[in-house]
Amino acid sequence: MNVTIVDYQSGNISSVINSFTEVAKGKVNLEVTSDIKKINKSDKIVLPGQGSFKSCVDSLKRINGLVDTLKDFAITNKKPLLGICVGLQMFADVGYEEAETKGLGWISGKVSKINNQGGKFKLPHIGWNEIEIQKESKIFKDIKNKSHMYFVHSYEFIPEDESVISATTNYSSKIVCSVERDNLFGTQFHPEKSDKIGLKIIDNFLKL
Amino acid sequence: MLKNRIIPCLDVKNGRVVKGINFVELKDAGDPVEQAKIYSEGGADEICFLDITASNENRETIIDIVRKTAKKCFVPLTVGGGVRTIQNITDLLLAGADKVSINTAAVNNVDFVKEASKKFGSQCIVVAIDAKKVSDNKWEVFTHGGRNKTGIDAVEFAKQVQTNGAGEILLTSMDRDGTKSGYDVGLLKVITDSTNIPVIASGGVGTLDHLYDGIVKGGASAVLAASIFHYGEYKIKEAKEYLNSKDVSVRL
Repeated sequence: MNVTIVDYQSGNISSVINSFTEVAKGKVNLEVTSDIKKINKSDKIVLPGQGSFKSCVDSLKRINGLVDTLKDFAITNKKPLLGICVGLQMFADVGYEEAETKGLGWISGKVSKINNQGGKFKLPHIGWNEIEIQKESKIFKDIKNKSHMYFVHSYEFIPEDESVISATTNYSSKIVCSVERDNLFGTQFHPEKSDKIGLKIIDNFLKL
Repeated sequence: MLKNRIIPCLDVKNGRVVKGINFVELKDAGDPVEQAKIYSEGGADEICFLDITASNENRETIIDIVRKTAKKCFVPLTVGGGVRTIQNITDLLLAGADKVSINTAAVNNVDFVKEASKKFGSQCIVVAIDAKKVSDNKWEVFTHGGRNKTGIDAVEFAKQVQTNGAGEILLTSMDRDGTKSGYDVGLLKVITDSTNIPVIASGGVGTLDHLYDGIVKGGASAVLAASIFHYGEYKIKEAKEYLNSKDVSVRL
């Protein structure tokens, strides 16, 4: 199996590479690239994302043909794609970090700043929080409800269609922290930094 | 509910841990990679390396350690000490650090934090503030391990680094550091009350009650400690169980 981690200069992806390398050991051929030909030949794609919504979308668009290639892969051909953090947020129609920015529009909805109740909750939302599993998910196989995952973000994805939500977490309000539709997966938390339980999610994705 | 974090810190000098854990099962007590792994397996919520290597020639050593650690530890890794340039940050992140902690460079050049958070995102920029009490309810920023007085008010500085895009503040009381007499709760409280980003308490932990005070009385989002874990006085798990027994939520 060929799995590609999309490297589109979106910031620090070393941890994503390290964790996938650890789980993939000997079983999966892992590529880290933005080469469209290689992405097209992949069986699965991982779309990381760090920094702001705007900077990630801008970086993605800077690589000629990448957005269309990803859309063909995940939406038209429904092949497995996992977005992590801003990688997930970009599925939305629009994001409001830095400036109003058009997203990929794969799952209708918006990405807005977490309402921290006038400073009652510190932002960024950094640290370990429990996930509340909302529906059966292929990547949550053998993951217990209320498992702890590592979060670092100030913005949240609010999808229009709530049936895509596979898990939420509580931070000032209920925050969507995982979505799933067909073979499109996204986590707001960082499985690559979430200890053994996070590696299990990565393993579940690789075993799909 | 968001859990309070416990972060063990390892002081590294020329590639070796300065204060080592007394674990018999350790093959090499001075190896930071091995120690980080033990902490991570013991339930540490994050790992922090503080590079106290004096010379610049040995920068490569910490990068090599980070590279090896990041392949074995799958919890967040913060690296501080000698982070002065954008290139320093790039090198550490590429090696596998998740966050860098900026200290003196943030004091010397206020725009550095702005530049760094814009380039890498706030999520990986921690500003380490070393503060000393100068009068009642007044703390000042010090640099160079507490030797250099800057004349900068700690509260004002904390607000400024928040505005400039710091994702977290690592707050060390230079009065308490190494004394084992507990965090400076007054300092913590004034900084956590006047900022909206998470604050990591540091400096002075001698007992598990001190961790409790940092979180409950000081308002810290995370507590960092070195020697109580290094010398095996307490395991991370014991610290977490203790806090949990006092209704402080932690990741068990």
